[in-house]
Amino acid sequence: MAGVELLSDQGYRVDGRRASELRRVQCRLGVLGQADGSALLQLGNTRALAVVSGPHEIRGSKSKALHDRAVVNCQYSMATFSTAERKRRPHGDRKSIEMSLHLRQTFETAILTQLFPRSQIDIFVQILKSDGGNYCVCVNAATMALVDAGIPLQDYVCACSVGFVDETPLVDVCYAEEAAGGPVMAVALLPRSEQVAFLSLDSRLHEDHLSGVMKAATVACRDLHAVLSRIVKETLQEATAGE
Amino acid sequence: MGAPKLDSPSEGCVEFFVNCSANASLKFEGRGGDELATMITNALHRAFNNSSCVPRQNMCIVPGQHCWILYVDVLILEYGGNMLDTASLAVKAALHDTRIPKVEVSKNEEGISEIELSDNPFDCTQLDTTNVPCFVTLNKIGKQFVVDATPEEEACCLAKLLLALRSDGTLTAFLKEGTSSLDPESIFEMVQVGQRVGKEMHFALDDSLTKQENLTCKDKIGFLG
Repeated sequence: MAGVELLSDQGYRVDGRRASELRRVQCRLGVLGQADGSALLQLGNTRALAVVSGPHEIRGSKSKALHDRAVVNCQYSMATFSTAERKRRPHGDRKSIEMSLHLRQTFETAILTQLFPRSQIDIFVQILKSDGGNYCVCVNAATMALVDAGIPLQDYVCACSVGFVDETPLVDVCYAEEAAGGPVMAVALLPRSEQVAFLSLDSRLHEDHLSGVMKAATVACRDLHAVLSRIVKETLQEATAGE
Repeated sequence: MGAPKLDSPSEGCVEFFVNCSANASLKFEGRGGDELATMITNALHRAFNNSSCVPRQNMCIVPGQHCWILYVDVLILEYGGNMLDTASLAVKAALHDTRIPKVEVSKNEEGISEIELSDNPFDCTQLDTTNVPCFVTLNKIGKQFVVDATPEEEACCLAKLLLALRSDGTLTAFLKEGTSSLDPESIFEMVQVGQRVGKEMHFALDDSLTKQENLTCKDKIGFLG
């Protein structure tokens, strides 16, 4: 990798973190009053707003309805001002469509869809500020919005991206590390059962390193789970204390 | 930075883009929000389409070759009625916050101008927003009319009058929307009320913008406040 040193000899990364350190997580539930569930989640400088509506009757053509479970509909969009270079289209380009598909696959595993036959659950995620790990932030934000909406889930879905530089897995990569072109693996985990809901790898990674990277990702997702569940508990405590 | 338009070579450009995200309302999913987004984009464009609103002459770097292009992107996160007025207020606030970096133009031997950006990131000019218009929408419901309508009020209003007003009360754009017709007499009355409301709105916005500027970073309003 030319130019930038992603991991210094002292073991610090470009933004001053350690290899296994996550960025700061901030999250607020119920930011939008009209939606059934909403959450704003910020991981370092990446910020996403997730809105959940449903379960409700199928909109549009009724033929989409499934007789045994709910349809999960996802839409991913990026604000035109979210990246340093202005984006032309907020959604509908290939990357966004792929991202919507990945989100749908992730949440079809996690939501107990069999409880709501012939209905639909919408998940809309909007990236407001992008600094690497967009998929992961979207998954975490959507999980929080689903919790806010009270939709039954198998477990929290916690996602984290892991890069690999100098034989060391780097947890929760930022844009600079993502753009350097090394391998980046995105993992969505159901932390309690340690089941993998989604897994993707960009660029190549030697098979021998796979277990190490997976392990780092699992630990990071568990850490995230601890943070997210703490935030949910705090929010609920505040809500009940107010009554 | 980009090339100026052919019909106004010595002026900068202001481009609007409005996106009604699916977050705002279920009916905006997919292409559903495009209609409202286009309406707001066109209305904003119309209101800003004269050189006095934003000092566009100051945004020219080399006439006919280089100018600043301001992209104004509006993202609608939640729909609670009176979208246009809210969007235009947000545009004014964002323009107020805009800083344009200072550049120096020099000509080299071949007569081609070279642009040099100052090294100091704080060396920039603030945009003058005294003449930026804001919209006031008057919704006619029955024989009466209301400003700042809620979605329920919007649902039962038949005609709308969109007024783009500057802080001194000058009209920069004017549009009637909706299916029902308006009596000329009532239009004059609506314009008068609109002007009064517009002045108050500008005053309130300017007031809160000055207050914002004096705040330290810590207590600024944010989503995660």
